[in-house]
Amino acid sequence: MTGLLWVCLGAALGAPGRYLVDRAVQARHDSVMPWGTMLVNVVGSFALGVLTGLSTSHEVPDAVSLTLGMGLCGALTTYSTFGYEMFRLLEDGARRSAVLNAGISLVAGVGFAALGYALGVAL
Amino acid sequence: MSQHIPVDPDVDLHVPAQRREWSRHRFVLPVIAIGGMLGASARYAAAEAWPMATDELPWTTLAVNALGCLLIGVLMVFVVDLGGAHPLLRPFLGVGVLGGFTTFSTYTVETHGLIQAGRPGLALGYWAGTLVVALVAVSVGVLGTRTALRAGGRDRRSDR
Repeated sequence: MTGLLWVCLGAALGAPGRYLVDRAVQARHDSVMPWGTMLVNVVGSFALGVLTGLSTSHEVPDAVSLTLGMGLCGALTTYSTFGYEMFRLLEDGARRSAVLNAGISLVAGVGFAALGYALGVAL
Repeated sequence: MSQHIPVDPDVDLHVPAQRREWSRHRFVLPVIAIGGMLGASARYAAAEAWPMATDELPWTTLAVNALGCLLIGVLMVFVVDLGGAHPLLRPFLGVGVLGGFTTFSTYTVETHGLIQAGRPGLALGYWAGTLVVALVAVSVGVLGTRTALRAGGRDRRSDR
């Protein structure tokens, strides 16, 4: 039950965080490409990678992994928003943007997750 | 086309009402936070109910992300095509609940975990397969809801 509270604490920061970053990125960078969503997804992948790597060599308390991992990183990042953006780009015939968005998000997402993991293991 | 159809369902500053919602509705952030807590709690419950080993296909995350994609498709038809929704509906359900429910970070870390576990083929399948499943789920959500609304005669934008 306390686990749920830690998840909620992280999510209460993560979801509004995604909204604020998205607004800030769009306000500075007017584009068809959803850079804001991409940024939070890649940053969240890196952070969860660090946390996962850390837990291989350190005893990470449940409170920390649930708050920062399940809650914060989980709510900061999103697949529903990414999936809808992909659908809309394809619907609008912006195929290049769709391919670019998917390619960068998926490659950078896993790449930064791996980088974060390596960093977490080394720490 | 006079009305810009948002690409980013979290917030699209090309849509005047969404550009203004920040200053007009001071409850936007709290509503997103509450939605996020509900969505993340549901994902946590799913992860507890169906735990996955790091060397097998992460069905739980795949199912969560697929369901979230289906539902954002349904939601956005109500918000965009139908119109007239409460201004806090999209922030609450779309940004909060569905954004908090689905996850990209778990998906990428799991993909990396499958590679680490010596399952590169499975990693590739999960990596690309989730994108395909997500696209199909959003399409079914959007097109299914549009069809249902049209059949019920409630679509104000039947030209689309």
